[in-house]
Amino acid sequence: EFKVHRVRFFNYIPSGIRCVAYNNQSNRLAVSRTDGTVEIYNLSANYFQEKFFPGHESRATEALCWAKGQRLFSAGLNGEIIEYDLQALNIKYAMDAFGGPIWSMAVSPHGSQLLVGCEDGSVKLFQITPDKIQFERNFDRQKSRILSLGWHPSGTHVAAGSIDYISVFDVKSGSAVHKMLVDRQYMGVSKRKCIIWGVAFLSDGTVISVDSAGKVQFWDSATGTLVKNHLIANADVQSIAVSDQEDSFVVGTAEGTVFHFQLVSVTSNSSEKQWVRTKPFQHHTHDVRAVAHSPTALISGGTDTHLVIRPLMEKVEVKNYDAALRKITFPHRRLISCSKKRQLLLFQFTHHLELWRLGSTVATGKNGDTLPLSRDADHLLHLKTKGPENIICSCISPCGSWIAYSTTSRFFLYRLNYEHDNISLQRVSKMPAFLRSALQILFSEDSTKLFVASNQGSLHVIRLLEGSFKHLHTFQPQSGTVESMCLLAVSPDGNWLASSGTSAGVHVYNIKHLKLHCTVPSYNFPVTALAIAPNTNNLVIAHSDQQVFEYSIPDKQYTEWSRTIQKQGFHYLWLQRDTPITHISFHPKRPMHILLHDAYMFCIIDKSLPLPNDKTLLYNPLPPTKESDVIRRRTAHAFKISKIYKPLLFMDLLDERTLVAVERPLDDIIAQLPPPIKKKKFGT
Amino acid sequence: YIFCVSGDFVKVHSTATEECVHILQGHRNLVTGIQLNPKNHLQLYSCSFDGTIKLWDYIDGILIKTFTVGHKLHALFTLAFAEDSVFVIINKEKPDVFQLVSVKLPKSSSQEIEAKELSFVLDYINQSPKCIAFGNEGEYVAAVRDFYLSVYFFKKKTTSRFTLSSSKNKKHAKNNFTCVACHPKEDCIATGHKDGKIRLWRNFDDDKKYTYTCLHWHHDMVMDLAFSVTGTSLLSGGRESVLVEWRDATEKNKEFLPRLGATIEHISVSPAGDLFCTSHSDNKIIIIHRNLEASAVIQGLVKDSNIFTGLMIDPRTKALVLNGKPGHLQFYSLQHDKQLYNLDIIQQEYINDYGLIQIELTKAAFGCYGNWLATVEQRQEKETELELQMKLWMYNKKTQGFVLNTKINMPHEDHITALCFCNAEKFENPTLVTASKDGHFKVWILTDDSDIYKKAVGWTCDFVGSYHKYQATNCCFSEDGSLLAVSFEEIVTIWDSETWELKCTFCQRAGNIRHLCFGRLTCSKYLLGATENGILCCWNLLSCALEWSAKLTIRVMEPDPCSENIAAVSQSSAGSDLFVFKPSEPRPLYIQKNISREEVQWGVFVPRDVPESFTSEAYQWLNRSQFYFLTKSQSLLTFSTKSPEEKLTPTSQQLLAEESLPTTPFYFILGKHRQQQDKKINEALESELVQLPLTENIPAISELLHTPAHVLPSASFLCSKFVNSLLLSKETKSGEEILEDVDMEEEKESGDDSDEEHDFTENTQDANDTDLGEDIIHQLSKSEEKELRKFRKVDYSWITVL
Repeated sequence: EFKVHRVRFFNYIPSGIRCVAYNNQSNRLAVSRTDGTVEIYNLSANYFQEKFFPGHESRATEALCWAKGQRLFSAGLNGEIIEYDLQALNIKYAMDAFGGPIWSMAVSPHGSQLLVGCEDGSVKLFQITPDKIQFERNFDRQKSRILSLGWHPSGTHVAAGSIDYISVFDVKSGSAVHKMLVDRQYMGVSKRKCIIWGVAFLSDGTVISVDSAGKVQFWDSATGTLVKNHLIANADVQSIAVSDQEDSFVVGTAEGTVFHFQLVSVTSNSSEKQWVRTKPFQHHTHDVRAVAHSPTALISGGTDTHLVIRPLMEKVEVKNYDAALRKITFPHRRLISCSKKRQLLLFQFTHHLELWRLGSTVATGKNGDTLPLSRDADHLLHLKTKGPENIICSCISPCGSWIAYSTTSRFFLYRLNYEHDNISLQRVSKMPAFLRSALQILFSEDSTKLFVASNQGSLHVIRLLEGSFKHLHTFQPQSGTVESMCLLAVSPDGNWLASSGTSAGVHVYNIKHLKLHCTVPSYNFPVTALAIAPNTNNLVIAHSDQQVFEYSIPDKQYTEWSRTIQKQGFHYLWLQRDTPITHISFHPKRPMHILLHDAYMFCIIDKSLPLPNDKTLLYNPLPPTKESDVIRRRTAHAFKISKIYKPLLFMDLLDERTLVAVERPLDDIIAQLPPPIKKKKFGT
Repeated sequence: YIFCVSGDFVKVHSTATEECVHILQGHRNLVTGIQLNPKNHLQLYSCSFDGTIKLWDYIDGILIKTFTVGHKLHALFTLAFAEDSVFVIINKEKPDVFQLVSVKLPKSSSQEIEAKELSFVLDYINQSPKCIAFGNEGEYVAAVRDFYLSVYFFKKKTTSRFTLSSSKNKKHAKNNFTCVACHPKEDCIATGHKDGKIRLWRNFDDDKKYTYTCLHWHHDMVMDLAFSVTGTSLLSGGRESVLVEWRDATEKNKEFLPRLGATIEHISVSPAGDLFCTSHSDNKIIIIHRNLEASAVIQGLVKDSNIFTGLMIDPRTKALVLNGKPGHLQFYSLQHDKQLYNLDIIQQEYINDYGLIQIELTKAAFGCYGNWLATVEQRQEKETELELQMKLWMYNKKTQGFVLNTKINMPHEDHITALCFCNAEKFENPTLVTASKDGHFKVWILTDDSDIYKKAVGWTCDFVGSYHKYQATNCCFSEDGSLLAVSFEEIVTIWDSETWELKCTFCQRAGNIRHLCFGRLTCSKYLLGATENGILCCWNLLSCALEWSAKLTIRVMEPDPCSENIAAVSQSSAGSDLFVFKPSEPRPLYIQKNISREEVQWGVFVPRDVPESFTSEAYQWLNRSQFYFLTKSQSLLTFSTKSPEEKLTPTSQQLLAEESLPTTPFYFILGKHRQQQDKKINEALESELVQLPLTENIPAISELLHTPAHVLPSASFLCSKFVNSLLLSKETKSGEEILEDVDMEEEKESGDDSDEEHDFTENTQDANDTDLGEDIIHQLSKSEEKELRKFRKVDYSWITVL
């Protein structure tokens, strides 16, 4: 039906996961990556990546933790402790701990104190005040760097893992109570050093340590003696996380295996309990650098860039889709924009942008044929950012002559000039002071207007002229809220602009009159994609729970179709999909069609056809030609799903008969990662 | 002690010496389970298909009690806490439905007790005792079957059942449970699976919170699991023939005992904890020390492989020689039911895996009174790729073993079909003939090697013969070595072994020759050939004419080396029939119909150490040698002249059981053992019934035999009673036999007369630990009978001396 450009030259590699921190109160997960990016996942909203903080070259995060009142702190090798503003999506402040690179950080059980372990062997205690943190005291200085920290649940003692030994501190006095030396031996061979990658302090005084020799060890902190030793890996054990009930914990190894330990009673009628290694999980190919233990799931992330959420079957009450394993690889936001007119694709990387022209073909073929390219895809432009900051967002105008991108501190706008095959790039200078950082950028359909969502919650409308621009208007956020807008959509006729934040509803602005038109009622789940249909000006909204709404902007109400589908409900398989819908587009000639996609499927919703109920087959394979038209018509329903392209990062309609699909095969990503620890596999 | 079940018997072996100390016999069907009595560790329970549970005193080998249950019992378990009941597996109604029930054993002083009080415990279980385990001092019992693990808690009286996914997809396709073991101290169940995984289950008292961990080393099915006494280590074994010890139940901390020779079938642990034992599919029990060192091997006849070589007799040791472990020849002593040694022929590491094409030892022959052994091994992966090797081994007197002398690669272009040595005395040069499908037969002789010292010897090809490009199928030397007969498909050719000239040919046009042999002694002028189409021909070599022929489908034809008799086993739809005849007369000496329902594959005559003297004409052929034959299911059977009461049924099923209790000076290990083939079937000989009195019928003798030696009064006290009883029995005998006996006794008198305690040293070949007259241990009934005969003779002589 369509001619599809199958694009595989987007050489995107997600960065490896360095830390994972789970917040029990809000059921949110903070994930930091090796490039300094911090992402917030909302586990209750179908594991949607709600927020993200762009990284910085010099800011390698080594530790991440949540403090009282949903405050998120990170510490890194530049020696700074950073607090993030979760509303405005920027950094609240950074504070130097003056101890060299920070390797570890832990929040006290009550959430009011912050402890950091530094390169110089010092352990520093900070008091968390309502709007800042304040240095309080140094603990006894140790000989080498402090790689891990663990609080006793009562807050009276702290275990600190260093190289070759573990120290136990008394928090009141700040003095080391015990020093527990760890065996360097590894399967008979003495290694140079034994690095304590993680410690955990249990309420009964047991300290659990994981180290580079592949051991999980249990220590009695009262006597400072080794109680039990589990050798679980031939390589480093890099991370540990204990559940709140202290009846199970999880460790991650450099071999990519995650081991689950459980406290089980020795015999059914005795109260004696022991820690037993139970299930191993091999979901990673590379080092598991970080693990977290939520009440119902084990969360792990590592160098292979996957975030894996493995639910614990015994803790899950009902066997619904939450009980299934989740593997999150790609960001839930758009990294690709497309110029339909010139058939250009703009790819966003952490520190540069790439502009490609799609190949073309003169051949025609049947359905399913692969057509030969008459002209190969061209790499037109490689645009590097200045400075150490990562790119937040980028966009190319539909006409292809404007490119805009933003980092945390600067906004860039370029004008592209095409002369036959040559391209010249011209930076538009003198950006206004208010345009410092943008969370989302969008060009209008006719490329005359630029819409910028800034992190202050305001929306700027800028008119673009040949080589210059003019600031038209700024929509200020609703009174009282400072929530940033993350998603923008503009109507093809240029009259309407829809914007959505992380939680509140979708606002629709009238651009002609430059005023707020209406607000779509807010919904429990965050918005993952927005689009306004041509002609009808219907706003289509996709939420992270896979619900799709259609809202008529002129009528200020949901459309009839949207009400019908809400009344009938979506197909259960549709609701069970685990990646959010990231893009919505429309067919210019077929107003009844909505095109949308997530990472593993592409779907055309035909509003004219009946909706599927739970009994019908949702995923029908390519219809066999033998089948009679009657049956096909009877079984046809509104959702036409294609799973040919995966993992799908972007898909859009170039013109009536041409689609562009950007895929990023997982094997290509793994091939570009550093080689994993080699393991002998039986039978090879 | 270690106990193993062998058919209807329970054998008691000493763990220190490997010797069989007692045989507990009394069950009338397969013994399926044995357990030590938890209240008295000097007693042993056993159960059998015959529906009885028997309690034994195994130190003395005495049956104490018999409980009759009535059902077919598949396995037995005893528990210390369950005072007066035991657990058995029975099946009800449908053939595949098994139940675990507890049986109350009533207290009673009588020997035969009915135990009918059954109470149901678990349903849907596997019949194998490996699939049931009791844990934590009898708190619960775990049973596995297919994809289910069921745990029954005795206190709560509840059953929880855990299911593994059994979906057809590749990953879980082999999730089946194969065995189960319970931790002795903790609530931990170990289960073995078909895909080689071991799962350790914990928290199984909660249906939801249960958890398990996996240990994976085995690449194939886990055959058995056992925890050590303290529970610190777990033992597992399977087809890899490696015993794995998992210490602290951790994956990284494991120890191996490799190269155990064959698939591990069962593992058991001694109650004292210092010994393990494994039983193997090749009819072997290995006793292993706590530090994983094999300390003793109890080896029966290896059964595990296909027998290509047939049965042979080592002229030196009189041991039966046949294929043993893969790539090995085994030397098996028929008298002791024990393997003498294994000769590694192929000398390559054996990798036990499906689908691998192994090198197979296909032919072997002894020559020159056991000085030389020739073996042929082959491996054929594809039609055209045949790997063939012939090895010649010389007997080394110093090492008392065979040493490789010559290795010949590709002695023929195609499969070697026959191999024979010339055994005549007149040849100084040992000569070997090989016949092959490539149409040639080759004569190999021993020559000086090209060594300057002329000390080394080697084999070279001396002559290559062929006949019209027919495939050579058999070869055979005449008794004096002057003639060589080689059959080429339908034609038999006779060659002069001096000049290698073709002397004459016989052709019967009755199909390819399958067996060929010369007559012996007085019948050496005859040549016998059996063809595929069921004709047995006898040619006279002097007249070069067919002497007689008979219509018989011969499977096995074996000449007796000690007489002119030839035994032939023919196959018919009803079963196999045995014919014994002399080539000189077409009328058979002896016919035994239906010796076995299965096909007989090989047979051999084993010369007797002491010639028997059967008077009856029908058994004269057994006087000087015994005929052994091997059936398709690898049961080794023989003919003897015993009464039907003592007849043993060949058994093909096996059983096992285990349980244990700490003991004082001895170690008690309960083991289990598979031993099928060394059951000697006693073909019922009705006429023989009168010849020997039944030992059981004479109280004096049975008293003597069944009472341990150390509690018996002095020999002289018992003697008269004993002799009297024998005298009584003697009266039933014919006078002719008495005469014979008298003859014999006179010979022996010289050794006996001064000795009040009858010394039997002359009879050590019999080797049944028979030192003193009073010291008779209850033995295999056959040997017992022999002894009895000797007793009779000797006692008689003693009286005459008096």
